[in-house]
Amino acid sequence: MAAEDDAPGAGAAGQDQSDLFRGTSGPADLTESESVKGTPASRLPAFVLGEELADLADRDPRIVVLTADLASANRTIEFKARHPDRYFDFGIAEKNMITAAAGMAASGLLPYAATFAAFSGILAAEQIRTDCAYPDLPVRVVGTHSGISMGFYGTSHHATEDLGMMRTIADLTVVCATDARHLRAVLRASLEHPHAMYIRLGRGRDPDVYAEVPGGLVLGRAIRLRDGGDLAIIATGAEVHPALEAANLLAEQGIEARVVDMHTIKPIDRAEIEAAAADTGAILSVEEHNVIGGLGSAVAEILVDCGRVPFARHGVRDEFALIGPPAALYAHYRLDHAGIAAVARELLERRVT
Amino acid sequence: MSEARLGRGRNVAPEFLADRARFIRLETLRLTKIAGAGHYSSTFSAAELFAALYYAHLRVRPDQPDWPDRDRFILSKGHAAIGLYPVLADLGFFDAGLLDHYTRLGSPFGDHPDMKRIKGIDFSSGSLGHGLSVAVGMALAGRVQRRDFRVYCMLGDGELHEGQIWEAAMAASHFRLRALVGIVDRNRLCIDGDTEEIMAIEPLEDRFSSFGWSVQRIDGHDFEAILGALDALAPAGTGAPQMIIADTIKGRGVRMMEGNLNWHVGNLVGRDYDAVIAELGRGLAPVPARG
Repeated sequence: MAAEDDAPGAGAAGQDQSDLFRGTSGPADLTESESVKGTPASRLPAFVLGEELADLADRDPRIVVLTADLASANRTIEFKARHPDRYFDFGIAEKNMITAAAGMAASGLLPYAATFAAFSGILAAEQIRTDCAYPDLPVRVVGTHSGISMGFYGTSHHATEDLGMMRTIADLTVVCATDARHLRAVLRASLEHPHAMYIRLGRGRDPDVYAEVPGGLVLGRAIRLRDGGDLAIIATGAEVHPALEAANLLAEQGIEARVVDMHTIKPIDRAEIEAAAADTGAILSVEEHNVIGGLGSAVAEILVDCGRVPFARHGVRDEFALIGPPAALYAHYRLDHAGIAAVARELLERRVT
Repeated sequence: MSEARLGRGRNVAPEFLADRARFIRLETLRLTKIAGAGHYSSTFSAAELFAALYYAHLRVRPDQPDWPDRDRFILSKGHAAIGLYPVLADLGFFDAGLLDHYTRLGSPFGDHPDMKRIKGIDFSSGSLGHGLSVAVGMALAGRVQRRDFRVYCMLGDGELHEGQIWEAAMAASHFRLRALVGIVDRNRLCIDGDTEEIMAIEPLEDRFSSFGWSVQRIDGHDFEAILGALDALAPAGTGAPQMIIADTIKGRGVRMMEGNLNWHVGNLVGRDYDAVIAELGRGLAPVPARG
């Protein structure tokens, strides 16, 4: 459960408490805070969730939105303002919310149920499995504030296991949104998707990757963002942007990296992984998730079938993350662009030796 | 049954309902024999409730199982499905012959019900504690869609140990879901013993009342009481959700199973099977005084 004093929306009415990271300290985070100020909401993925769903709901009467006392943090409050009759705050009761969403879906509605990933993909995992996926109902479970993005709020609020847990559930589609435009595309693609979905979002301040999502978005089809023959970096969610920056850094050092946005974790884009194995000299998967069970494991499962290629999984190495400001944590776990570039170089050196 | 339209307040003779309750118990015996094991006693406690709901009350169309305005029935205590399948077959939701292969490899019919494979099952269940939340979602959907169906959710009493039940109970009154009707099969026993010894749930009326529900408490084997409680329900709309606590006897109808922990799951064979068939044929015997 979210501690009451953590929960945006539980405090002063009308006050925007969506930025959970005020007061973080240290140069890296201060710099980041500066960059956030004045950033239009359209650049913040979690922040377009309510707006985009409200736009879609203008035309689609099936859409309803549920949250668990986090309306400000995930911006579903913007949906509430425009469609109050189709908005339900379940309080701090995530299991009930997810199962009730399944009941709604069984009655013909298209529910989007949003809360922190730690409390949707982890706390309510059985409800997602038993009530959403097993009956094959079109429930959209949205897990915001993915991975270690909750920083100093600690392990209770981190989610570095959700992809692994969700990926083992049959008939569940698992998608990570990359940035604001990508999230809008994911939500549009979700309208006619017949199966239950787990949609994992960052913390709402992820920088732009896409000026536009090329050719719309097809669930299950990865997007190749950059080409290069020395290695392929396959990233997802909040790690796509630093992976691209890492590729630029590597290019300055004479290493050309392909970068793939593997937004759909399940069903995984097998052809894109096979192509990476065939076309490049090595593969590095990057995720803000335990290296066990998530994107890295999904890629590994394909690679065992398609020949020999040097491969490394990069993520949180089967530990509960430290406490720290988010930017410091990403740097510590080498999940920032410099860290990814360093891991990539190590992978290539290992290949040579 | 030939009626394609079933609805509330139908004039059904008590003798007919008693006959259907006996049919539910006999079919439970037959299907358990096919499977080699089954939940006898949790089904027997609910036999009169099933009969009254389906033969005299619920607004359903067996020839149109997905009818959007139908009443929903969520069997949250999914382990009693063995008593519900024969009712659905009898009403014409599916061919009764399908039950001859109950639980055999590839059968749609398992110990717990699967909504994707069985017509008339409104939601899959089995993991206790989920059904009331499903019912909350369905009642909210009815409100969004401006439909007047009710959502009935049958709960086990041991199931009330699950915390999610109380999340849903809170939400039902918060959202003022009068379309939601809970029915507790209060047969007093969970697997390990009397609920009041394992994890006490009483006083149930007070607990649901304090959660904002209107509550009736009845004898769950008395058709007059069951139908009276169902007829007294307020229509779907905005107001307190409605709970019927049905005091029942686990294993009711078979003397050696009544109130006996050992028959939660079992399999009758040989002379025992024949003796129980004969006992059920004589109808419900008076309940012996508790001693």
